[in-house]
Amino acid sequence: MGAFWSRFRRHKAAVAGLVVVVLVIVIAIAAPYFYPVSPWKMVQRPFLPPFANGAVPLGTDTLGRNVASGLAYGARISLLIGTISTLVALMVGVPIGAAAGYFGGLVDDLLMRFTEFFQTIPSFALAIVLVAIFQPSLVSITIAIAIVGWPPVARLVRGEVMAQRKREYVEAAILAGQSHWTIITRQILPNVTSPIVVLASLMVASAILLESSLSFLGLGDPSIMSWGYMIGAARTVVRQAWWLSVFPGVAILISVLALNLVGEGLAEALDPRSSRDQH
Amino acid sequence: MTDATPSAPVLSVSGLAIALPPGADRLYAVEHMEFDIRRGETLAIVGESGSGKSMSANAVMGLLPPGTRVAQGSAKLDGIDLLQLDADAMRAVRGKRIGMIFQEPMTALDPLMRIGEQIAEVFEAHGLLTPPERRARALALLTEVGIPEPERAIHAYPFQLSGGQRQRVVIAMALALDPVLLIADEPTTALDVTTQAQILKLIRELQEKHGTAVMFITHDFGVVADIADRVVVMRQGRIVESGSASAVLGAPQDAYTQALIAAIPSGRRALATGPEKATGETVLAVRGLTKTYRSAGGFFRPARVVHAVRDVSFDLARGETLGVVGESGSGKSSLGRCLVRLVEPDAGSIRLNGQETMGQSVAEMRIWRRRMQMVFQDPYGSLNPRTRVGRIIAEGPIAAGVPIATALAKAADLLALVGLDPSAVERFPHEFSGGQRQRIGIARALALDPEIIIADEAVSALDVSIQAQVLALLADLKARLDLSLIFITHDLRVAATICDKVAVMRKGEVVEMGPAAEIFGNPQHDYTRRLIAAIPGRAEGDVFGGEAVPA
Repeated sequence: MGAFWSRFRRHKAAVAGLVVVVLVIVIAIAAPYFYPVSPWKMVQRPFLPPFANGAVPLGTDTLGRNVASGLAYGARISLLIGTISTLVALMVGVPIGAAAGYFGGLVDDLLMRFTEFFQTIPSFALAIVLVAIFQPSLVSITIAIAIVGWPPVARLVRGEVMAQRKREYVEAAILAGQSHWTIITRQILPNVTSPIVVLASLMVASAILLESSLSFLGLGDPSIMSWGYMIGAARTVVRQAWWLSVFPGVAILISVLALNLVGEGLAEALDPRSSRDQH
Repeated sequence: MTDATPSAPVLSVSGLAIALPPGADRLYAVEHMEFDIRRGETLAIVGESGSGKSMSANAVMGLLPPGTRVAQGSAKLDGIDLLQLDADAMRAVRGKRIGMIFQEPMTALDPLMRIGEQIAEVFEAHGLLTPPERRARALALLTEVGIPEPERAIHAYPFQLSGGQRQRVVIAMALALDPVLLIADEPTTALDVTTQAQILKLIRELQEKHGTAVMFITHDFGVVADIADRVVVMRQGRIVESGSASAVLGAPQDAYTQALIAAIPSGRRALATGPEKATGETVLAVRGLTKTYRSAGGFFRPARVVHAVRDVSFDLARGETLGVVGESGSGKSSLGRCLVRLVEPDAGSIRLNGQETMGQSVAEMRIWRRRMQMVFQDPYGSLNPRTRVGRIIAEGPIAAGVPIATALAKAADLLALVGLDPSAVERFPHEFSGGQRQRIGIARALALDPEIIIADEAVSALDVSIQAQVLALLADLKARLDLSLIFITHDLRVAATICDKVAVMRKGEVVEMGPAAEIFGNPQHDYTRRLIAAIPGRAEGDVFGGEAVPA
C-alpha cells in the first residue's frame, strides 16, 4: 500500500485531481449544513448577479433560487448517480466478462454477442430511450446509465481474464481440484482488479456527464436539483444571466477532469510496468 | 580497413565499473572488468543470471539501460575509447565496427518489415551503397549465413521463418558491414539444441572467414566448450577466473568455477546405475493417447492441423522416472497436459492403478487428479502473485475438504521438506528467487500426496547451480516418498542425470523409448542420434562423450 501511494504521489496532476474529488465529496456531504434551506426555495430577487450579495455569493436564478446552494446539492446527486451506476455496471459487466474470458468457446460467443448488441446502439440514445420509457427518477436514471455502462467493463474483464487464464498458476489451481467459481473469484479476479479500478474511476466521470446531459434535456428527476438541470433551465436566459450556466458548467468540467486525472494516476500507480519507465 | 596485427587486441576493456541506480542490491553491476579480445578470437563471458555479463556488453555497445552508467574504466576498440564517444560517434561505430546478435531473434527483427529490407536498412543507416547494391548484398549475406532459398527468404516476413532462420538473419545483419568485433548475447539460448549446434557452427565458420573478434555471452558451459578460445567467468559483477578455455574448463582454479562446472548435469547416473528395475507395480498405463489441434481456417488460408500427441503409449512403474525429451513443438508438454487432462485428449486410454480415467465426469476427475500433480516450468507465472505462499500450497487440500488450519500447518511442513523456512507461508511469491519459487511449486505438487509428479521443464528456467539443487531435491523426494516422476525436458543432459527411462518425441510421436543408458549410449533412431550429437560441449568425458563427434 505504501509503495502504491508513493507511486501515485509522483503524478502531481493525479494528486490535484484527488484533492478536487475529495473537496466535491465534502461539499456534497456538508451541503445541508451550509444551506439548510432547500435549493428549490426562493431566497432573493431573481437574476441577482454573483458577488453582489454575501448571502448568495454566486447569484440567483430566474426564480430567485440560490445558485451556490444548487451547486452544493447538485454535487450530491452527481456523485450518487456516478458511483451507484458504476457499481451496478461493474456488478453486471464483471461476471459476464469473467465468464466469457474464463470459459471461452460457445459461452464466450454468446455473452460477447449479447454485449455487442448493447454496444451497437449509441449509448446516449439508449439512455434517453430507457429514461423516457421508465419515467425520469433517481432509480431509472441510475439504471439507464448502468445499462449503457456495463459493456465496456465486460469487454475489458474478458480480455484480462483470458490473459490470466493461460498462466500456469491457473492450471495449478485446476490440478488442485478447485471449482471454477473458486478459481475465478480467488485466483483470477484479484489479479485483474487494477484495470477494473482504473476503468471504474473513469466510468464515474462519464456517468456524471451522462446524468448532466439527461437533466439538461429535461429527463432528470424533476424533484432533484442537479448540475445538468441548472444548465438546462438557464439556457433560455444565457445572454442575460451568464452565471446560471457557467457555474454548474464549471462544476461539471472540474469534477469530470479531476476524476479522469485520478483514473490516470491510478492506472500508472497500479501498473508496475509503467512506473518502472518513470525514472 | 583495420591495420591491427594479429597480436594486438581488437577490444581492450580495463578497469570497467558500471554503477547501478541507488536502491539496487549492489552498488556496481560490474567492477574491475578487464579483458582483451584479439582478431579471430572468441572470448566467452560466462556467469549465472545477475552476474553482470550482459551489462559489460551493453557498456561496450553504449546501450546501457536507463539508470545505470559507466563509473570508470575504458573500452578501447582499436585504440579508441568507446566509453568517451558521444552519441553520434557511437552510432557510427555500432553496426559498422561492432555487430551484435541478440538472444531473442523474434524481437530483434521488425515484425512488419521484410527480411531483405531489414538487411538493406543496415547499409542505409550508414549511408552506404545504392538501393540495388544493398539488395544484392542482402541476398549475398543471406546465402552466406545458409538460409535455404535466399531469393524467397528476402521477401519473407520474420514470422514466416523458423527460430533458427531468424537468428541467421540477425547474424547476417550483424555481419553486413564486416565489423571487427561481434558481440553475441546468449544467441542460442532461445533455440532448440540441434538449431543451436548449427548456429554455433555458423558463427565459427564466419569468424574464421572474416577474422572477426567475438565476444560471446552465455550461461552454458557446454556452449563455452564448443566455441570459446578464452573464457571469463563472472560472479556478482566481478571476474572470478579467466584464461584459456581448456585451462578454465579442464582445471578450474576458483571455487565458484569448480562448483559451476560440477553443477552441470553430467548424465553420469545413466552410466553408473544402468537400467533400474521397475521396483513396483505399474501405476500409470497410457495407450494410444492422441491430441490434434485444429485451428479454424480463414477466408484465405486453409485450416491448420497440428498433431500435438500422436498415438503415444507407455507404462510407468512406482518409483520410476520417465524422461520425455524432444525439441520445442515436439508435443512433450501437450503430452503432460493430456495426462492430467488440462488438455482433453481426443482418443486413447489413461489407466491409473488399473482404473480407466478417460471419459470421466468433472467430479470424478477431481478425485483421481489428486494422485497426479504437476510442477510447472515458469517459476514466475506458476504462482499466483496475489496469494500467500502457505495458501498457494494449501489450496489443493482445502479444495479436497481439509480444514484450512490443518492444511496451512501441513503447508509449513512441506516447505521444510523442500528446504525452505516454514515461516515462508506468510510471504508472497515475489519475495523469493526463481529456485525458491520452484521449491514452492514442488511443495504445492506434494500437498495432495500424489503418486505421480509430472515436471514440465521444471528446471529449464533456472541457473545451472540452482538447477542441480532442484534436481537433487526431486530425486531425493522421489526416493523418500516413493513417487513416480514424469520429467519433461528439452535438455538431454538433465534427462540423462535424473531419468530411468526416456521417451524421445518428435512431431507428437514417440520415436524411441527405453532405459536411459540404452537411449543415450546406443541410440537407435536417427533423430535421437542427431539430438545427442547436437549437445554442446560433449567432449568433456561425460556419458555423451563416448560417441565420436562428427566433424
